[in-house]
Amino acid sequence: MKGKLLKTFASSVVALSMLVGCSSGSGTASTELKEGDTVKIGLNYELSGAVASYGQAEYKGASLAIKQYNANKDSKYKIKAVKMDNKGDASESTSAATKLMTEDGVAFVVGPATSGASIATYPVADQNQVPVISPSATQVDATMNGDSPYEYAFRICFEDSYQGKAMAKFGYENLGKKKAVIINEVSDYGKGLTKVFTQKFEDLGGEVVATESYNAKDTDFAGIITKVKDKGADVLFIAGYYSEAGLIIKQAREAGMDCTILGADGFESEKLAELAGKENLNNCYYSTAYTTVNASDDLTAFVDAYTKEYGEAPNMFSALTYDATNLGLQALEKAGKTGADLQKAIADAKFEGLTGSFTFDKTHSPKKSVLVVNLVDGVQTEAVSVDPNK
Amino acid sequence: MRKELLNKANFAWLLLSVVSFVVLTILMKVGIIGSYYSITLYNIFINIILAVSLNLVIGVCGQFSLGHAGFMCIGAYCAGIMVKMMPNMTGLVIGVLIGFVLSTIVALIVSIPTLRLKGDYLAIATLGFAEIVRILVQNMEITNGAAGLNGIPKLTTFPLLFVCAVISILVVCNFTHSAPGRACLSIREDEIASEAMGINTTKYKVIAFVIGALLASLAGALFACNFYVIKPDQFTFNKSIDILVMVVFGGMGSMTSSVLAAVAIGIINVVLANFSEIRMIIYGLALVGIMIFKPTGILGTKELSFKKLFDKRKEKSA
Repeated sequence: MKGKLLKTFASSVVALSMLVGCSSGSGTASTELKEGDTVKIGLNYELSGAVASYGQAEYKGASLAIKQYNANKDSKYKIKAVKMDNKGDASESTSAATKLMTEDGVAFVVGPATSGASIATYPVADQNQVPVISPSATQVDATMNGDSPYEYAFRICFEDSYQGKAMAKFGYENLGKKKAVIINEVSDYGKGLTKVFTQKFEDLGGEVVATESYNAKDTDFAGIITKVKDKGADVLFIAGYYSEAGLIIKQAREAGMDCTILGADGFESEKLAELAGKENLNNCYYSTAYTTVNASDDLTAFVDAYTKEYGEAPNMFSALTYDATNLGLQALEKAGKTGADLQKAIADAKFEGLTGSFTFDKTHSPKKSVLVVNLVDGVQTEAVSVDPNK
Repeated sequence: MRKELLNKANFAWLLLSVVSFVVLTILMKVGIIGSYYSITLYNIFINIILAVSLNLVIGVCGQFSLGHAGFMCIGAYCAGIMVKMMPNMTGLVIGVLIGFVLSTIVALIVSIPTLRLKGDYLAIATLGFAEIVRILVQNMEITNGAAGLNGIPKLTTFPLLFVCAVISILVVCNFTHSAPGRACLSIREDEIASEAMGINTTKYKVIAFVIGALLASLAGALFACNFYVIKPDQFTFNKSIDILVMVVFGGMGSMTSSVLAAVAIGIINVVLANFSEIRMIIYGLALVGIMIFKPTGILGTKELSFKKLFDKRKEKSA
C-alpha cells in the first residue's frame, strides 16, 4: 500500500515536471517585423470577479479596435489577440502578464482595467521589455516606481487628482467663483481630489472656506449641510461617488443651498439623477474622460460600430481601451519593431483619439484635457474641455 | 528503537527534498520551466506553507479557523513595509520577524479567550479577526490604504522559498509527532476524554494555533516579496476559504495531502487559465464531487512515510 503511494507520488512529481516543462521561454529582445507578419497583442483583463464589468467593457473595446485594424487593407500586420483573465486579482494579473510576454510573445499588452491589477504588471513589463498600455489606471502615481516611471508602463487616462485641478480651474476661471466649500468622501479618491482642488483653487486666488467629510455608504448629510450652508460659498465641490453625491445634492438643494455644484468622474452614472432628482441637477458640472455630448464624427462612428457589434452602447472604459489599442497599433506600425523601439514609439506618440488628443508626460501619463459636462435637469447638455496645466 | 538524527528515513526525506530542489532549479535555469510557469511554481510553494500551517490547526488539532488570510496579511504588510525601507535580505528578515511578533500577539489575543470554550467559537472569532485586520490595513497611512503597497522589490528567490516550505513542513510534522502534538491529536478525537486524561486542552490548542499563525505570516511575507504589489482586497474571506479548500481537498490531518492538494490546485489553475468562463464551474464541481464521494479528502489522514516504508521492507525480508 505504502509502496503504491510512493509510486503515485513519484509519478505525480514526474508528471508535474513534464507538465510545467511543456513550454520554453521565448526571446523578448527587439525583433524586426516584416509587412504582413502576424503580430500578437495581449489583452489582460478582469473577465471574471468583482470588477468584471470594467474588464468586459474594455475587452470589447480592444477587440473592436483589433477587428477594425485587421479589416483595414492599409494595415501592415495581421493582429492576433491573446486574452487572459486576471480575475481582478493583483497576483493573477502578474502571472497573466508574464504568460502573455514570455509564453505568447506579444508585442504589447493592453490592460488591465483597475489600477491595482495594472501596477502589478509593470515590473514584469520592464523585465521583459514589453510595453503595457493601461486604459484606466487612474490611481495617483500608478505608473511611477519611486521617483521615475516604469519604463514600459503607459496609461492613457488622467489620474484621479488631475480632475480636481481641472475642476478648480473651471470653477474659478470659467464660472468666476471665488469661495468654495468641499464635501469629500474619506477615501483615497475623495482625499486626493480635495487636496488638489484646494491647492489649485487657492493658487488661482480663490478661497476654500470649509471642508467636511463623510464615509462611503452614509445616507444622512443634514449635519454637514447645515455646517457649510451659511459660509457664504458660491460653489460646492463634492469629491465622491454618485451613490452619496446624489443624496448630498438632493439634501443640499432641499435645504436651500442653490450654489453651483462641481464634481468629478465619480458622478458618472444614470443613478445620479435617480438619487438627486432631476429638478435638483441644474447648475451642476462634473469632469469626465468620455461623453457623447457634442460627439465628433469619429466618436459617432465608434458608437455605431460598437453598438452594432455588441448590441449595447459603449461606455468610458470601452472608449479608453479602443484608444489605447489604436495607440499601440499606430506605434507598432511606426516602429516596425518590438521591444525598445516600440517603447520609444509609444513614448513619443502624438495621438488623436476618441477621448482627446495627447502626448505623454515624463510620468508616462497623458497630457490631455478634461471634459467638463453641464447638467440641465439631470441631462448632459454641453461639454467644455479644460486643460488644467495651461 | 534508537533515536538517531541520521537514520534511513530522514536520509530518504533529505534526498527527496534535495533531488526535487535540484531538478526544479535545473529545469528553471535551462528554461524548460519558463517565467510564467515559475510564477505558478512559486505560488504552489507559498500555498504549501499556507495549507500545511492551516492543516495543523484544523486537521491535527481539530479547531476550525477561518482567519488564515488575516495572519497572511499581517506577514505580507510587515515584510512589504520593511523591504520598501530596506530593499535587501536584511529588510526581509526584519520584516518577517516583526510579522512573527505581531501575529503571535494577535493570535494569543484571539485564541486564549475563544479556545477556552468548546465548539466553533474560534471559527467565528477568527472570521471577525481577519476582517478587522483587512479593514485596519485599508485605513492606515503606513499601509497606503485601499490602494495597497506597490513597488515591492522581488526578494523571494526559489532557494529561499524552498527552504521556507521545507522548514514549515518539518515544524508541523515534528510538532505532530511530539508530546504536545499527540495532546492536540487527542483533543481532536475527544476533547472531554483528553481533558479527563489531564491534558490542558486550552494550552495545546493555543500552541497549535500560534504555530499556524506564525507560518501563515511567513507565507504572507514571501507572497509580498514575490508579486510586487499587495492590496487589502487580496486578503479577504475568500483567501481564507481558498486555503481551507486546499486542506479539505487533500484530507484533514495529512500533511502529504496538503502538499499534494496545493500542487494539484496550482496545476488546475494553470490548465484552466484559458477557460476563464468555465473555470469556476469546474472548480466547484470538483469540490462537490470530492465531498460526495470522498468526504475525508483525497488522501484522508494517510501520510507518505519513509520510516513505515523501510520498516515494512525490513519485516518482509526478515
